[in-house]
Formats: sequence, C-alpha cells, structure tokens
Amino acid sequence: MITNRELNENSTQQPSDSEHGSMERYLSPLVRDIKPSGIRKFFDLVSASKDIITLGVGEPDFVTPWHVREACVYSLERGYTRYTSNAGMPELREAISSYLKGSFGTAYDPEKEVLVTVGGSEAIDLALRALIRPGDEVLVPEPCYISYSPITSIGGGVPIGIETFAKDNFKLTAEALENSITPKSKVLILCYPSNPTGATMTAEDWIPIAKVVEKHDLIVISDEIYAELSYGQSKHASFAAAPGMKDRTILVSGFSKAFAMTGWRMGYACGHPELISAMLKIHQYTVMCAPVMGQVAALEALTNGLGEKDKMVESYNRRRRLVVQGLRDAGLECHEPEGAFYAFPSIQSTGLTSEIFAQRLLAEGKVAAVPGDVFGLGGEGFLRCSYATSVAQLNEAMDRIGQFVYKVKREGA
Amino acid sequence: MKETNKLKLDILELLEEDARRTPELLSTMLDIPEEEVQAAVQELEQDRVIVKYATVVNESKVNDEKVTALIEVQITPERGRGFEGIAERIYRYPQVKSVFLMSGAYDLLVEVDGLSLKEVASFVSDKLSPIESVLSTKTHFILKKYKQNGIIFEEHEEDRRLMISP
Repeated sequence: MITNRELNENSTQQPSDSEHGSMERYLSPLVRDIKPSGIRKFFDLVSASKDIITLGVGEPDFVTPWHVREACVYSLERGYTRYTSNAGMPELREAISSYLKGSFGTAYDPEKEVLVTVGGSEAIDLALRALIRPGDEVLVPEPCYISYSPITSIGGGVPIGIETFAKDNFKLTAEALENSITPKSKVLILCYPSNPTGATMTAEDWIPIAKVVEKHDLIVISDEIYAELSYGQSKHASFAAAPGMKDRTILVSGFSKAFAMTGWRMGYACGHPELISAMLKIHQYTVMCAPVMGQVAALEALTNGLGEKDKMVESYNRRRRLVVQGLRDAGLECHEPEGAFYAFPSIQSTGLTSEIFAQRLLAEGKVAAVPGDVFGLGGEGFLRCSYATSVAQLNEAMDRIGQFVYKVKREGA
Repeated sequence: MKETNKLKLDILELLEEDARRTPELLSTMLDIPEEEVQAAVQELEQDRVIVKYATVVNESKVNDEKVTALIEVQITPERGRGFEGIAERIYRYPQVKSVFLMSGAYDLLVEVDGLSLKEVASFVSDKLSPIESVLSTKTHFILKKYKQNGIIFEEHEEDRRLMISP
C-alpha cells in the first residue's frame, strides 16, 4: 500500500499535454500536484445515471428549520447587510461559547477564544495555515473526510495517514498514533464522530491518545462537526475536554450537520487566544468576516433551535438502526457506527474492490454509495452509506443492495 | 411504566408519519423487540389512543366541486348535559367531518363536507340552524387547503441536494 508520505515525495509529475497545457507552468506545484478527489469521479458517474437511490449524500436531508430561515429573512428586511466584526458577531460568539460549555463542558472566552468562520472547512484551512511550516508532518487517522490531506499539502505540510480498522470500530489507538510519529510530526487532525466510518471516541478512549499528544508535544485540530450526532451510551466527548488538552486543541465545529445548515457555510474554531488570533489574521485578510445572514441564522439556531435539533438527531438514530440492520440482512458485515449519519459496511465478502462494487451497485442495483477507498488508508473494502434519506428510500435501497449482493456472491460461488 | 409510555409515544410518532409502517420496521427503528412493539400497538388500539389508520387525501385533486365549510355555532348548553347532547346531535350527521368544542366567541366549530355550496347551505339551513339550542351559525367556506395534519399539500422544497457529496 502506498502511504501518503510516498505519494507526497513522488508528486512531481509533468503537466499533461492538454489544450490549456501551457497554463500549467504558471501553477504552484503545491496546487497542481493535488490529485482530483475520487469522490468527484464518482459524482460524474452518478450524475449520468437514472432512477437511482443515492446513499452518497454527505449532508442532512432536512431543510434548515423554518424559524432559522425566517430569522434570516427578517434580519435582511431590517437591513442586516453589512460586515460584522472579523471574529464574528459578539452575540453569536457568546452563544457558541455557552452552547459548547453547556453541551460538551468545554469553556471558551467569547472575546478571545472563538472565531466564526465560513463553514468548518475554513476553520480547518485557517488552523493548518497558521500552524504548518514547510515539511511539517500532519497526522491524519484514516479513512477520513477527504479535505485534510489536500489542505495540508497546499500549506506545504506532509499529510501522514494513520490507518484505522473495522476490528477497532475505526477508533484511533495510541499505539497506531505512536508508531506514526517522527521528529517532524507536528499536528494531529481528529474527526470524531467520523465521516465516513461513523466511529466515535469516548472520554476514556481519549486518555491514552492525550498522553501521546503530550509526550510528543503535538498540536491537535479536532473537527467535531458531527458532535451532536452521537448515538452511543455516552454523550459526545470533545477532545478539548480531555485532561490537559484544551490549550493543545483547536476545536472546529459548525452548524451544517446538527442544525441542517450546510448551504449557509457557518462554522467556528475555538482555542488558545494566541492560536485564534493567528487564525484571525488570515481570516480577516482573506474573507473579512463570515456572511452576516448566516451569522444571524446561526444565532437563532443556538437560541431557539436546540429542541428541533434533538428531534432531527432522534430521527437519524432511528434510520441508523434501520440501515445497519438492512446492510447486515443484505449479507454485509457492518460494525456499529455510533455517530454522524454514515454506515461503513465491509464489502470484502463479495470479493470485489470498493470501486468495482460501487460502480456495479450503481449500474446494476441502482443505488449510489461512495467507495471507501476515496477516504484514504483502510477505506478499501468498505462502502460509505449515508442514511440521511427518507425511511421509504432507505428501505428500497436496502432491498436493492440485498439483491445485488446475493447476485454477486452467487457469481463468485 | 414510564418506559412503556416513552415506547408508546415513539410508536405514535412513527405511525403518525406513516401509518403503513410494520411492527418489524418499528422494532428495528426503535431497537425494541418486535413482540413488545406489537403488544404496545395492540394496547394503543384497544385504549382507542390509535383511533383509526386513515389516509390524508388532497380532495381538490379528486373532485374540484367538492366543498368544505367551517361553521361557527353558538348554542345554549342543556341543563345537566352541557354541550354533549347537542354536539352529538350534530356529529351524527355523516356530512359532518369534525366537531370541536371551542373557547372564545362561539361554542362549537363544525367541519362539513358537501358536493356543492348548495348542499352545505341547505345542511345549515335545514338541519343545523333549526336545532333548538342553536342560537346562531356563521359559515366559512374553505377555498384552498395548504396544509393539513402537519402535511403540506404542495411541497416546493423538494430534495435539491447533490447526488454525491463528501
């Protein structure tokens, strides 16, 4: 298996002879060498297909709750159309601060430790840019969300994947982390609950990880965008709340998943004032501030939307059970995903690779799901199935997957 | 006992969304053994908590002429029986779809279906108004139903998500 480190070292391929090939000489090699995401290729394939049910969507099926949309419309009518303070409206930063404290026990000073960003994505970009010097290694447990490695590379860092396994429910282990550390290791990116595996980490799980982080003086970017979507026995455990980790952690989250606000692009970062102020520097020169309408809506979501959020979470949990059961009934091994809205079944029993399985499932079974290999190390042999889709569609999709798996296994027999 | 109530509430919520959901499906979604779900549904039916599994129909797509009226009715309560007797005299008519006892400016709100305006008008003048204790009626015809039982009839918020996203 090729590691990210090797990929990065071998990434000096020549520009291709396309019609616009001559322009490539202007491009920064850091950007030019980033490979198109595997998800993009699959997207094109799915877009050309008809009558399919898609389990490939990485966003809630709920539309943003009406009261949130209405608050935004009302604010526009009252003329809320101007820049806000760079770090975000003070009321919103205060609301974020007290929400985090109330929900996850992590306390941040709204004045100096909270930064409102254009989605969680911007927060991750800012954090990496603020931290990385060329050559720094950034540790990323995989399979994971697809943007950490490219953003790291653009910043001149070297992404190092840490493979996680179904037998561990795709949790990060202290051993695996320890084994990936070199003198160049600087940043660890965590994303739990995990897209694509649905894995979660408990407060106990964090303790040995925190020890390794401390021992090697790492700094952590903890992407907790799916925090609210945790279905296990214990509530979501923020890495920032692990012993001694608050100052070492840049907590990244946002409104997209829990409040069904993907298109608003509202996120935030919280952390040590010196780190947040470094990130704010980049933020103010690049985007100035997050859009005011989004900020007003986010404030409404935190002020009056927690009840509706709980209902949505309950609804995901019910569909989660349905899909996990459905996939197992279809003859696929599926670990218990305790967070986010993804199941990540193994398709190894079919003898197909993730890519072939996903392509054939699309063509023959009329169901779209994302092949696990696009999410990095350890993703091969798995399939990401989002259950943010109606119960009726999920039922039909499970039937179709069952028939398809049966057919494939019979071929192989 | 509290646990049972939570289960029943969950079941009601899921059946109100879609009454055709099977006990097997409810059992999976709620992570409760199927027999327990079945027993709870049976109890809900016996206690008439679940009164009926009905279908919400957008009538305007079935019959354009059909009309529905909401009628405000003021009545004099009967000694000893209050509003019950008169309410029953009204709700026994098959064309009466619903009857609510209301607080405020009138007493009963009566929903009446008819094949035409005339049919509803004659129900009011021939049947409803002549009832002794009925003091007055005010008939409002429904022109269009946008939403009923929490269901929006003409949903404009279809799924606009990309088919695949990271």
